Amino acid sequence: MTEPSTSQAAQQATAPPAASRVPASLRKRAARAAADPSAGAAALLRTDGLTKHFKIGGGLHRRTLHAVDDVSLSIGAGEIVALVGESGSGKSTTARLLARIYQPTAGEIFLQGRRLSAIRSRADLLAYRSDVPMVFQDPFSSINPVFRVSHGIERSLRLHRPELSRAERRAEAIRIFEVVGLAPGAEVLERFPHELSGGQRQRVGFAQALAMRPKLILADEPVSMLDVSIRIGLLNLMTGLRDAEDVSILYITHDIASARYVADRLVVMYAGQIAESGPVEDVLARPRHPYTQLLVSAVPDPRAELSVAADTDRGEPPRVIDPTPGCRFRWRCPLAIDACHQVTPPLRQLLPDHSAACHVATADAELRAF
Amino acid sequence: MASTELSAGLGPTITPSAGQPHAQSGAPPSRAREAATKTGQAFLRLFRTLRSNRKASAGFILLAFVCVLAAVPGLIAHDPPRAEIYGRSLGPSASHLFGTTVYGQDIFAQFIWGARETLIIAVVSGVLSTALSVVMGVAAAYLGGVWDGGLNLVTDTLLVIPSFPLLLIIAAYLPNSGVVVLIAILVITGYSYGARQLRAQALSLRGRDYLEAARVRGERSVYIIAVEIIPTMTPLIVATFLGTAVYNVLFAAGLQFIGFGNPASVSWGTMLYWAQNNEALSIGQYLWALMPGLGIAILGASFALLNYAFDEIGNPALRPVRRHRVKRPR
Amino acid sequence: MSSALADDTGRAAVTGEPILQVTDITVEYATKQGNVRAVDHVSFDLGRGEFVGIVGESGCGKSTLLFAIAQLLAPPAGLAGGNVVFKGVSMVGLTDSQLASVRWKDMSVVMQSAMNALNPVTSIGAQFKDAMRAHGVRSKTEIADRSAHMLRMVGIDPTHLRSYPHQLSGGMRQRAMIAMALLFTPDLVIMDEPTSALDVVAQRSLMVQIKELQAQLGFSVIFVTHDMSLVRHFSDRLMVMYAGQVAELGVTSQVFGSPLHPYTRGLMDAFPSIKGERVPLTGIPGHPPDLARIPDGCLFAPRCPKVMTECETTRPPLYLVDGTQVRCLLYADGSTR
Repeated sequence: MTEPSTSQAAQQATAPPAASRVPASLRKRAARAAADPSAGAAALLRTDGLTKHFKIGGGLHRRTLHAVDDVSLSIGAGEIVALVGESGSGKSTTARLLARIYQPTAGEIFLQGRRLSAIRSRADLLAYRSDVPMVFQDPFSSINPVFRVSHGIERSLRLHRPELSRAERRAEAIRIFEVVGLAPGAEVLERFPHELSGGQRQRVGFAQALAMRPKLILADEPVSMLDVSIRIGLLNLMTGLRDAEDVSILYITHDIASARYVADRLVVMYAGQIAESGPVEDVLARPRHPYTQLLVSAVPDPRAELSVAADTDRGEPPRVIDPTPGCRFRWRCPLAIDACHQVTPPLRQLLPDHSAACHVATADAELRAF
Repeated sequence: MASTELSAGLGPTITPSAGQPHAQSGAPPSRAREAATKTGQAFLRLFRTLRSNRKASAGFILLAFVCVLAAVPGLIAHDPPRAEIYGRSLGPSASHLFGTTVYGQDIFAQFIWGARETLIIAVVSGVLSTALSVVMGVAAAYLGGVWDGGLNLVTDTLLVIPSFPLLLIIAAYLPNSGVVVLIAILVITGYSYGARQLRAQALSLRGRDYLEAARVRGERSVYIIAVEIIPTMTPLIVATFLGTAVYNVLFAAGLQFIGFGNPASVSWGTMLYWAQNNEALSIGQYLWALMPGLGIAILGASFALLNYAFDEIGNPALRPVRRHRVKRPR
Repeated sequence: MSSALADDTGRAAVTGEPILQVTDITVEYATKQGNVRAVDHVSFDLGRGEFVGIVGESGCGKSTLLFAIAQLLAPPAGLAGGNVVFKGVSMVGLTDSQLASVRWKDMSVVMQSAMNALNPVTSIGAQFKDAMRAHGVRSKTEIADRSAHMLRMVGIDPTHLRSYPHQLSGGMRQRAMIAMALLFTPDLVIMDEPTSALDVVAQRSLMVQIKELQAQLGFSVIFVTHDMSLVRHFSDRLMVMYAGQVAELGVTSQVFGSPLHPYTRGLMDAFPSIKGERVPLTGIPGHPPDLARIPDGCLFAPRCPKVMTECETTRPPLYLVDGTQVRCLLYADGSTR
């Protein structure tokens, strides 16, 4: 099976993924697994106990904000993982730890088996940055307004693909712009950011990331500031990139519906910790963690009837400043037991590939297994 | 119909405008030619904004006027400006258009010749002072931490030390020092105010996503400060320059009075001081005080008006909109 | 069964006397390129206790319409036509002092971002007191009682009267805003995207709270949002706006059940669902028209999947189809295609 051509990729980038066709990424993954059975389960990026604390307050009341606590997740090649949570959940901080904007307080990040803390030289750092770029949330402030939109992508190419000549850089910039759906590339490159719409600017963000031939794109709420009818175009672009360019994407969002639309796997975060993770259909159909259940019932779905399960919860933000041991969801949890107030529940695998951090859910699964 | 299908297939497209020359994806020009075209384009853009913006054109004309005076004063005024050879305190007449000073100097000649030194002091001290403000202010804001603390300590100290006593002491050690020392003094004592302003603006810009995007792209800090931050601060930097330049003209006159530079030199600032010292207004020699004041006002006004043009260049959103859609008849 | 063109005023069937009648409101902005029409001949009625949702994307004019109704338009925006009749009194042309007697007592507004609307340097209680004193309440006990009562109604502990806005969570701030808007139990509350800054659970909770308050106090609500799914379960009627015009206006369940305007259908299709089949979606290609240079014909034609030749030359008026108004030539001759 030949690689899809550029124009096909452009079409795939915005046309809806055909439900019946097996995506190229799955075929590639199968090919990888067949070639090397032991590497089939190896993750592209893996975190181990990733933790980030911030010191807040000053003088007499210095306290610690536990933005991210003991997060261990893994992202495979050619897959989209959605990191879902509300504000205060730590999802954005996790993304910034992976992008090396923050240094972790504890824990480790592995990219293809190599640890990040071992990176010393600038060359190694640049190599990591080209493997794991980031797309930002706000289309209005994520591009420098003074320069044309060609500026960012040409800098990306210059820094990370120095083997290209000037002419080749230009041609590559045009090609990538067309892959993300900004056509004609040569013309759009000459525009200023204020001449583009929000959706177009976000595509520019993806183009800048793609220029580095990344392995994993960190997309921090890329569609939440866009109009609803524009969002689908970008979500389709993301799935198209996964299929055609074999890029993994960590899609950070608070919108479960869009997470379900694009993602292969879902990771739910609450109060800086992972509450539940697993294949997206599984987690949404049979959520094990009470927080996931709450989220699922609170999502407004125009085609479904209103579920009343979420009516009593106010949506108060979690306590992450100097938290005490125990489950951080216990104050809002309808199922909380004694253990929940004393012991922080670890993330346990309840079903193959489906884990949750909940004492009640774990006990429930053990009972069933019994 | 066709356009709908096209956009459905490829996502949002920009309809190319008819008749606009684009850089097509043909053979790209050589590096030198491209650099030349870029500077040429920048100047063209500057002229276009000056022409289109009435305030900017007015400012440009006023500045041109002062520059002409500074460039060829001998062609306009035939009398020597410093010679005290004429009758004292004469009123305006055919031979002395603005009259003469208490010392017997021709005021018209002084006014014409004074433009040169005033302009040089204004521009040079303004540029150097602004450059120092930018470096100290923006670097402190972006680098933060120890750098911020250290640079701020220097800036704030200079801001707080009373300048005239300090200058009197320095003057005692450097009598008759000339224009270079004068400008150096102006720069060192004058940059701190601008540095604080620029630092404040840079701090507010520090959280912008495009700076984080540049970091994640792998850019070094120096690059980010120079290329990503400073160009977006152009309007404030230019405003700082303009304010500093005009203020320095007057401050220079005061410095010249206490012994820096050459006290006998002719500039609009020194004219003002001598006029004020001899109570020109009360002895009826109005033009002695008014003309240099008018000159400084013209210079200041031209800078202020030109600020509008730089606002547009610095913020592309303010530029005149290019038509890039085919205009449908109403 | 469609009938001929709906009459210009577009009165919907409302039980009893409508509390608000918006007729042909047109708002224009003065720009260097001439006048830009942000709202184009919008009409609707609002009954007592009714909840109307106004849905549209950025630039469709929904917020401008809201300001026009609340008489909050400021230059360069100006009312270019139409009338707003509230409780039988025409609001257009009233002076500020005449409006002051209506504002907050009979009609109040909840803004989009509480953090922008609340004064960050004064406590909640002080702001409530400000509002009440501005409208003639003097007695300290009455102020205290009413403030505490309203906070309890929105589910906030009255001790928070002493809190500053930044000490409350986002959800609580929005509730405080709503409490402030209800201080005088007005007949009409206008809300401009009050939930857009909130997370999903807080959003749901706030909507439920608003409905409960509406049931208790009987006020009407105009709710502007870009999120259609949010108003689906909470609004009685729904108005979809596009490029300053009404695209569709009808009973919510009917509009959701069988959307008539292709834009409405496109908008609904742009919401992925978390239940049921994982279906590929297309969104709506293209982008809204530049209001300074609107095309001839239907404003949605460049993006419409069902566009016909006449759509590019004829401006469609509003047609009435089974009680729903729709601005689309598909319904011109009474038969749908």
